[in-house]
Order: sequence, then C-alpha cells, then structure tokens
Amino acid sequence: MPADNLVDIDSVNFGYGRRPVLKGVTMRVPKGSVVAIMGGSGCGKTTLLRLIGGQLKPSAGSVTIAGEAVHKLDADGLYALRRKMSMLFQFGALFTDLSVFENVAFPLREHTSLPERQIRDLVLLKLEAVGLRGAHHLMPSEMSGGMARRVALARALVLDPMLVLYDEPFAGLDPISLAVVGQLVRKLNDALGATSIVVSHDVVECLQIVDYVYFMAEGRIVAQGTPDEMRRTEDPLVRQFIHGETHGPVPFHVPTRGYAEDVGLGRLLGGSGD
Amino acid sequence: MERTTIDIWVGAFVAVGFAALLILALKVGNIGGEGQRDAYKVEARFDNIGGLKVRAPVKSAGVVVGRVQDVHFDNDRFQASVTLALDKRFAFPKDTTASILTSGLLGEVYIGLDAGGDDKKLANGDRIVITQSAVVLERLIGQFLFQKASEEPAKKEPAKK
Amino acid sequence: MIDRMKGQFAQLGHGFIDGLWRVGSMTRFFVLVLSASGTSFQRMRLVRREIYFVGVLSFVIIAVSGLFVGMVLGLQGYETLQRYGATESIGMLVALSLVRELGPVVAALLFASRAGSAITAEIGLMKATEQLTAMDMMAVSPMARVVAPRFWAGVISMPLLAAIFSAMGVFGGYLVGVVLIGVDAGAFWAQMQAAVDVRYDVLNGVIKSIVFGIAVCVIATFEGFDAPPTAEGVSGATTRTVVSSALTILALDLVLTAFMLRAGD
Repeated sequence: MPADNLVDIDSVNFGYGRRPVLKGVTMRVPKGSVVAIMGGSGCGKTTLLRLIGGQLKPSAGSVTIAGEAVHKLDADGLYALRRKMSMLFQFGALFTDLSVFENVAFPLREHTSLPERQIRDLVLLKLEAVGLRGAHHLMPSEMSGGMARRVALARALVLDPMLVLYDEPFAGLDPISLAVVGQLVRKLNDALGATSIVVSHDVVECLQIVDYVYFMAEGRIVAQGTPDEMRRTEDPLVRQFIHGETHGPVPFHVPTRGYAEDVGLGRLLGGSGD
Repeated sequence: MERTTIDIWVGAFVAVGFAALLILALKVGNIGGEGQRDAYKVEARFDNIGGLKVRAPVKSAGVVVGRVQDVHFDNDRFQASVTLALDKRFAFPKDTTASILTSGLLGEVYIGLDAGGDDKKLANGDRIVITQSAVVLERLIGQFLFQKASEEPAKKEPAKK
Repeated sequence: MIDRMKGQFAQLGHGFIDGLWRVGSMTRFFVLVLSASGTSFQRMRLVRREIYFVGVLSFVIIAVSGLFVGMVLGLQGYETLQRYGATESIGMLVALSLVRELGPVVAALLFASRAGSAITAEIGLMKATEQLTAMDMMAVSPMARVVAPRFWAGVISMPLLAAIFSAMGVFGGYLVGVVLIGVDAGAFWAQMQAAVDVRYDVLNGVIKSIVFGIAVCVIATFEGFDAPPTAEGVSGATTRTVVSSALTILALDLVLTAFMLRAGD
C-alpha cells in the first residue's frame, strides 16, 4: 500500500439485508487530492461514503484511512478518527436550533476548550472564507439553500480536517450557488492541505474541480480516470452519463418481473380462483 | 434566545416548583404537625381492635396526639398488640385508658386516650394497661337480641302457670 | 374464511412480536441514555436549556389546568359531601385526590402531550434532516448531546410540574369551597392537614411523578430517535408518543398505586 494514499478501499462488499449494494469496490484516494465518485441515483455511492465515514461496516473487504482500518475500530476509536475528518451533508444538516455562528462554533466547543475570543476569531475566519461573515447572526431557517451549504462547509472545515467527505454538495442549488460551492470545495481543499471525496451526480461541475473520477453503476466501479480522460472516453456508460442520454447501458426501467405478468396476464393463463 | 434569559426563566420555574412542593408539604400535608416530630412509643393490648389500621390517629380530647405505628397479633395472649407513636410534647399518666373508637357511625376508627390521675407519666416502651376494645356492631345487636329473648320468657312463664 | 382467520391470527402475532420488539429496544435505548448521561451532567447548560423548553413552556398549561381541576373537584365534592353533611371534608377530598392521583397523572398526561410530543418531533426532525448523523460524524454522540439532556430535563421538570398542578388545584378547591361556597376556612385546612400524610401521600405523589417523567421521556426520545426520516414518519412518531405515553402512565399508575396502598397498610 503506497504511503501517499489517505483512503484505501479494497474490494469492499456491502449489502442492506440480502440486497447487495456494493460488489468488490476498490478505490484509492491520494493525499491532497479531490476525488469524485459519480454515478446514477442508487448506484451505491452514498453507501460507499458511509463506509468511509464508519457509519456502516463492509461485509467483506477493508476500508483504511491514514493506515487505520475503519471497520475494525470500536466506538471510541471511530470518534477519535472522525475528529480528523468531516462530512458535508446533502442539505447541509445545519443544527436548526443554533445560529450560523453557533453552528460553525459547534465542533470547536465540543472538541476543544478554546477561550471564547479565539473561538470567535476562528469561526469568523471560516465564515469569511465562505463569504458569509456578515450572516453569522442568522438562523439556518433564514437562509437560502446555497448559503446553508456554505455555512455547512465552514462548519465542516472549522477543525481543519485531513479528510472531507461531500455527500451531494451540489444537489438542489442554482447554477451560481453551484459554481460558488464547487470553487470553494477546490480552493479550501488546497488551502487547508486536506483531501476531499465528492459524491455527486453533477458531472459538469465535478469534472471542473476534481483530480480523479470514479464512475459507479450497480455497485461496481465501471470507469475511472482524470476528468480529461473521462471527457474523451468512448465508454458508452460514461458517455451516457456525461451527456445525459436516456438510452444507453443504464436502463430506464427498474429491473422487475415481466410486464405481462405484472398486469395480470399471467393469472389469466394460470386461471387461479379467488 | 439569550442564554441568561433562559437561565432566569429556568431558575424561576425551579423555584416555583419547589415552592409548590413546600406548600404541599407544609400547608396541605402539615409536615410540622404530628408524625414527623419526635415521638415515643407505647404499647397497648386489645381483645379486639375492630377496623383499626396502621397510621390511624390517636386522639385525646379530640386532638390528634399521635399515630398507630404497628398492629400485630400476639399469639401467646391471643390479643392484638398495638404500638402507638405519641408526640413527645404530650405526656400522659401511667393509668391512661386507651379505647378503640369510631368517629360517627361509619367514620374512621381511631384510638382515644383518656388521661388518668397517676403522677408518673408514660415513657418510651411502656404499656397502657387499661384498654377498651372496639365495639363490634354485630355483637352488640346479638347481645341486644339475646337480652330481649331472655327477657321475654321470663315475662311469659309466670302467665303460663 | 379460514384464510382470513389465518391472516388475522398472523396479524395478531405480528403485532405482538412487534410490540415486544419495541419494548425491548426501548429498554435498550433507556440503558444507552443512562450510560450517555454522564457527560450531559458535566454540561448542565444543555439540561437547563431543555428544562426551559419542556418545563417552563409547560408551566402555564399545567398551572391553569390544575386550577380548573381543583375548582371542579371542589364543586363536585361539595355536591356529594353535602348529602352526608360533611362539607368541611371538602379540603381533604380535594387535596387527597390531587396529591395522590390527579396531580401526578393529569400533569403527566398534559406533559406527554405538550412536551413529550415536542421532544419527539424535534428529535425526529433532527434525524430527518441528517442533523443527528452530522453530529455523529463530528464525533459528537447524539445520545449524549441531544437525547440525554432532553431526557433529564423532563425527569427533573415532571415532579415540579406535578407539584405545581396539585398546589394550584388545592388553591382552586379553596377558591370554590371557601371563597365561593363559604365552607369554614379553618375546617377546610384542618381536615386537609389531618388527612394528608407527607410521607405516604405527598412523597408517594412525587415518586409517581418521577416514574411518569422517566416513562414519558424514554418514550418521547425513543420515538423521535426511531422515527422514519420522513414527514409522515415524524408525525406518526409524535402521535405514538402521546398515545403510548398516556397508556403507560395509566398502567404504571395502577401498579404504583397498588404497591403504595399495600405498603401503607
């Protein structure tokens, strides 16, 4: 295992109940890079993120972060690891009962015993970085989705984590907010010397900011490469995804039994009574 | 909301809550009265205690001076042995009478103490010697009927002769 | 026909197993809350904040209801006692009913519908908006940070609210009995004080309300924590909190009363 990989995922299997979600996923995230995991809805990319965060445990294979096997840690070890990483949730997941300032200050108050002055300085610094220092007194309910996402970003970065996980950071944003958040992800990653994993299905934005892309479909990694390679690829699945075509290798229909059977034609033939 | 405002409200709430508890204990429950004070115990034996229960009041001249603390059956004497916890403020002569009484026809059963004339006072662990058992209504009626029945023949018999 | 009966039996069995499973996981949850409580007592600020939300904000409804219940008890009691010429006992009747039963029970029922449902909705909503997961990912235990403070705030508030309810009720009884109807004030208080025993009545009432507080808070926090992360899930959990709290309170009241009466004899 090369030392410059911060996250190392080795042939991981996972399933909810009997339904397999991930089938032998292998993935490496080099230190300092921004890596995107892309794929259609339900392909298992959020599940993969949860495995990295230690919320789920793989049924086979291993997830290693900075040399520590995440799935083998106990609760205390997991919490110790999580202090060095953070996660940005799809809709920000700001604490609705706390103001913007207190939201960003939350990790500091929980994990450090810094004096109030220093907390204030740090929080305002991070809010300045996301351009929301003037909004520190607002409540989350008083902000737009894009602003909330930026506050969540400031909160995720306030402890200067070594690894940041982004779960659909661009979902539901207007094009301007989307670009702003995208640029922030890249800039802050480089400024803080962190490593980022972005789970998204927003191809255009992702390809602009990331160093490396993994494409997933049906629980497997089907393609990978740098953004340029992806744009040039002839892989029909990747092409379908990048260009948003409805027809291609990814089926429109959820796999199920035959249509005729579902609408009752099968019963007519079987002739069973009531 | 400001943290201090919340603190003030919570403080006021807790104060009101404890005040309510205090009111229940003092004004409603009368914690300052008998029971919780220092008490001394005396024993009394009764042939029949009727419906006397633990915690029934012990009254003298109609004033509550103590509580029944324990009731049990004395298997040697085939009597009920009752332990009374009497308030230290009240001292009774040694020859005090304890009787089982009922307030009203259907009211609660209590123990009444009638002070005697002895100079010596009852002390902790003493026994009240003179006791009067509960009046059992059925027995009273039975006695009354028996008396009537025994009177009747006595009146009739001379007439027969 | 037989198929339908089979179906109903299956449903019955399913419901029973489901209920058993819920009780089991609720017990496990209770143990988890207790084990997570250590850190929340180090930060009383959080508990104080929650006392504000569950206690202070329930104060008005509890106090007003207590007053009304006490007044009704006064009126009804007078009506009945009058027939036996024992109207002075009205103080005793009002105080004993309140301190022993109505205070803890009605206050707990009101508490469940006012504060319990709010706790469930709040925790359920936090779960639905991934706030709990976010907290967990920040290496902050939601049990210690969110659930335990609310639990203890409820357990602390409940006996205080029940005492306020009873005190207001006695005051209501006094208003009706003494001020309105004109029962002698001395007899009113004297009868009450002679009948109400601090240890057996007041203290047992407090014990009851603490037990009810624990029950309501476990149910409320569990339902919130367990709620499916959707709008219907949270609203369903809120309803379940009120219903199962009410049933639990009444069932526990029966058990506790039976125990206490036996101990008192």
